[in-house]
Amino acid sequence: MATEMSTTQANTTALAQATSPLYRRRLRTNRINLILSMAAMAFGMAFLLWILIVLFGKGFAALSPTLFTQMTPPPGSEGGLANAIFGSVVIVAAATFISTPIGILAGIYLAEFGKDGWVARVTRFINDILLSAPSIVIGLFVYTVYVAPVQHFSGWAGSVALALIAVPVVVRTTENMLHLVPVSLREAAVALGAPMWKVILMVTLRAVRGGVITGILLAVARVSGETAPLLFTALNNQFWSGNMNAPMANLPVVIFQFAMSPYEDWKALAWAAALLITLTVLVLNILARTLFHQSSTR
Amino acid sequence: MAFQTVVPRPEAQLKALPPAAAKMSIRKLDFFYGKFQGLKDINLEIGERQVTAFIGPSGCGKSTLLRTLNRMYSLYPGQRAVGDIQFNGQNILAPGVDLNMLRAKVGMVFQKPTPFPMSIYDNIAFGVSLYETLSSRQMDERVEWALTKAAMWDEAKDKLKQSGMALSGGQQQRLCIARAVAVQPEMLLLDEPTSALDPISTAKIEELITELKQDYTVAIVTHNMQQAARVSDFTAYMYLGELIEFGATDSIFVKPARRETEDYITGRFG
Repeated sequence: MATEMSTTQANTTALAQATSPLYRRRLRTNRINLILSMAAMAFGMAFLLWILIVLFGKGFAALSPTLFTQMTPPPGSEGGLANAIFGSVVIVAAATFISTPIGILAGIYLAEFGKDGWVARVTRFINDILLSAPSIVIGLFVYTVYVAPVQHFSGWAGSVALALIAVPVVVRTTENMLHLVPVSLREAAVALGAPMWKVILMVTLRAVRGGVITGILLAVARVSGETAPLLFTALNNQFWSGNMNAPMANLPVVIFQFAMSPYEDWKALAWAAALLITLTVLVLNILARTLFHQSSTR
Repeated sequence: MAFQTVVPRPEAQLKALPPAAAKMSIRKLDFFYGKFQGLKDINLEIGERQVTAFIGPSGCGKSTLLRTLNRMYSLYPGQRAVGDIQFNGQNILAPGVDLNMLRAKVGMVFQKPTPFPMSIYDNIAFGVSLYETLSSRQMDERVEWALTKAAMWDEAKDKLKQSGMALSGGQQQRLCIARAVAVQPEMLLLDEPTSALDPISTAKIEELITELKQDYTVAIVTHNMQQAARVSDFTAYMYLGELIEFGATDSIFVKPARRETEDYITGRFG
């Protein structure tokens, strides 16, 4: 009973302190800031939802099985997006195969070997610039050094441009993930007499493989909607083409061309293509999140 | 045993020879973290097939000392050791020492369990396959042998293919000991191996240390003085980077020669 009494007393004194002017001012500031940040979030969410609603509204209407079976049509006739879907998949896949090894190796260098040396610091700085470089600049660059000398647009040029955009993302995530590996794990492998390359390959990289794969998926998601670099490199193709050395159809450029045309059926196809890309990015993001979640909880 | 209890430093430390032959002899060892000196003139012999415990308050340099014995500090550019550590007739601090070979001979177990992100079996096979080419049957035998040594076989034999990360903390730590034992080193360094474990797991690992003494030379850093008293043959008390007292564990705990040691052991420290 006595202890109960004393706790009640303690509570009332605590509450008395709680109503001091300083405390009330802090509560007020807290509430104002909370409202401001909620408003900012609502503002962003509203636009995102608006975009999605318009996209789904217009895109769903244009969705049909023929999208996946027919080629992009000339104006006024029936058609689909088969060649553009195929082209996009091929270009993005090639870009992923080019950028993944480069990105992972560079990330390993930065995290495990370069550390705070000047080479690593310069690399990190340049990588950050590349990470935020406007994609149109990358497109122009690949146009100048690849497309112009060989004198034709090509799927490869598109892949190279997209790879240049993906590499810094992969480098960044790989490095950050490797920094998450506890020092003790690295030391434990070293303590067995393992050479550094084996430690990295078999232990540290393996410990964060979920995170690294997540980074790759996010890079793919980022790259799969890029239009500007493809305009200067892969261009477009009316027909089915698996030739990476020739201009190649792809969804972003199709959207760009069709959406700006005066033809209603082209516009509808553009909306369908936009919806397809958005859904792909959504799926990639969900995949990335689940993978990362799995690897970090295990 | 009337043997060496009073060890005024540093000259007299040289006389503090353990009864068994020395597996590792440390002479005039200084250690630097950049400009900060972490160890000052350490002289000590670690007896073969003995357990040598290092005790002292946090930051006294006992872990640092352990990390010089397998050159773990060499991973970090700012750290360096000066002096002489004789192991198998070689000064391991000398330039040109094959660090991977040294670490294969001087194994280490850390404070926190560090299972690799792979199966229990592969956790053990990883280290073994670095220096030996074994047939899969020989490897099976080695894995069983190592897990048995670490008192883990009965718990692990049915889940060798499971991830080592799924084990409990105490099991993980015994897996790490099995992994270190599997490469058949000559010496084992244990850096507070039980400080993250519950009392039952701790008891198992202490039993294990006594077992391991049959075949290996063991150096253990511990914050737990009862543990040092239970498992070790020799104890070194360190303070502020210096070796204050070194001698047979019995005498150190029953009749320490120096006032500082006594204060620390009896809890009157600081």
